[in-house]
Amino acid sequence: MVAESIPTTALADFVYREARLLDEKRFDEWYELFTEGAHYWMPLTRDQPNGETCTSLFYEDKLLLKVRIERLRHPNAFSQQQPSFCQHVLQQPSLEASDPEASLYVTRTPFMYFETQLDRQLILAGVTHHHLICVNGALRIRLKKIELVNCDAAFPSIQLLL
Amino acid sequence: MNRYRNDPQAIRALVRPDEIHRDAYLDPELFDLEMEQLWRHTWIYVGHDSQVPNTGDFYTTHLAREPVIMLRGGDGLVRVLPNRCAHKGTRLVSAVHGKCLGGMLRCPYHGWTYRLDGRLRTVPLKSGYDGTAFEGSNAAQGLREVSSVNYRGFVFARLASDGPDFKEYFGESLTSIDNMVERSPEGRLEVAGGVLRYMHDCNWKLFVDNLNDAMHPMVAHESSAGTAKRTWEAAGSDAPAPMVIEQFVPFVNGYEFFEKMGVKVYANGHSYTGVNFSIHSKYSDVGDYEQRMIAAYGEERARRILGEARHNTVYYPSLTIKGVIQAIRVARPLAVDRTLIESWTFRLAGAPDELLARTTTYSRLINAPTSMVGHDDLHCYRAIQEGLAAGGNEWVSLHRNHSPSEAAGIAGTFGATNEVPMRGQFRAWAEFMTRGMRGG
Repeated sequence: MVAESIPTTALADFVYREARLLDEKRFDEWYELFTEGAHYWMPLTRDQPNGETCTSLFYEDKLLLKVRIERLRHPNAFSQQQPSFCQHVLQQPSLEASDPEASLYVTRTPFMYFETQLDRQLILAGVTHHHLICVNGALRIRLKKIELVNCDAAFPSIQLLL
Repeated sequence: MNRYRNDPQAIRALVRPDEIHRDAYLDPELFDLEMEQLWRHTWIYVGHDSQVPNTGDFYTTHLAREPVIMLRGGDGLVRVLPNRCAHKGTRLVSAVHGKCLGGMLRCPYHGWTYRLDGRLRTVPLKSGYDGTAFEGSNAAQGLREVSSVNYRGFVFARLASDGPDFKEYFGESLTSIDNMVERSPEGRLEVAGGVLRYMHDCNWKLFVDNLNDAMHPMVAHESSAGTAKRTWEAAGSDAPAPMVIEQFVPFVNGYEFFEKMGVKVYANGHSYTGVNFSIHSKYSDVGDYEQRMIAAYGEERARRILGEARHNTVYYPSLTIKGVIQAIRVARPLAVDRTLIESWTFRLAGAPDELLARTTTYSRLINAPTSMVGHDDLHCYRAIQEGLAAGGNEWVSLHRNHSPSEAAGIAGTFGATNEVPMRGQFRAWAEFMTRGMRGG
């Protein structure tokens, strides 16, 4: 049986929703979008070969994502006493690669990201690739790779998730 | 307003044996004086020689706000040169890393060229200088090499022509670099993994003070390291704790642990915590690294090298290193309330890749602009930078375990919750801020 291909609009809707969950701080729902072996990766350099022997800005498995989410809620997360907020602005995702038989899809989404904390605002831009897999009819993220256009810049604290 | 320039007494009055006046962190004039005095007359970390492996390779950075080039010459030596054309001052090279084409430096503006040791090589249409005073001018001298020392790959520079000798300045603290280098079975380090650049909107000393402050981790990092510990425990896994958990959890050890790890303090502001053990002591073995070390050094020496668990070593005022995990942090002050912190990581030549992975993991978890640990550290530094403006108390307390015997000199081994490393730093600060200053 040939697996049914997922329409690009459904993939795009998934990507939009994923960003919205972050913007609305619905972290538990967001966390469930990732497969067990998933990675959330923001490389430090262009064309970075891996997240193991190269330093990354983020290279988080589900355990680390869980810690990050729980820490944001911790009463003694001092850097969040004045909470940060974020807003993603996404360009329409495009389908870069797909393997419908394995239910694998890779989307590419240029973005702008705003992170604020009272009077401070940080603006980042780049391209996100979502490596998605369809499990029991539901899309899940195997890899979210965020490539900042200025990945090699000196940054202030980046406290939320892109 | 000149409150401190040419007034060494006023500067020294900011440093009491057990208190520091807030102006040391807040006053822009003192920052300018730091860059002119302390940061020019002491040995500042430039870079690692593995960043410039071949003839003509360069690395550019700033020392005390001055642009410099670290360059490998045709003779194999690494030199530090001002990154400024002798003609009009144009920055000669602008890339962070690069290679001088044709074995020379060439100014992008009027095409003056320099040899790799800084001597002026050619000037276009040089006959235009005939009959002028050019030959005796500053411009004709080319690029004046900055005093530098390459200590086992770590290149330090002293911008001023006068100041302490390198070995006299760092003394026994250099054993931390020795240990870091000897952790390579080949005795060699290579910069690897990429550099994290974290902009700190605070005074540089707040960062440096913190490195051997053993009273803050259990408080400031409760929300990150404490959450990591609880999350792992809640998972109820029988598997060995993953590397990230091994790295996070010791940050929330109790006061007794941090007290007993010990701190060694040297003259001139240098120190290291982790005399007896440290948060890095209980990391799991990695691959066949230990066997490779024993093969290289023999069992006894290998055990001695690996038995060192030094936490942070401060090479005052610019460099802090973690030899156990091959990561360093470099402070580049930009303004009184702005400091760039760079985290560099190293591969131990001849060691398995898993060790580099441990290094890059640590640097990402703890030192990145995205680090939960770093967020709370920087939050505290900023909170001090802003809090010090409050009225009613102009002094920072460094009374913890202060002893009157320190008047004779600050050096020795202490419990690590002692604030003595910071008192030592400020003693060096007062000395190098005022050394040779008019009116002294």
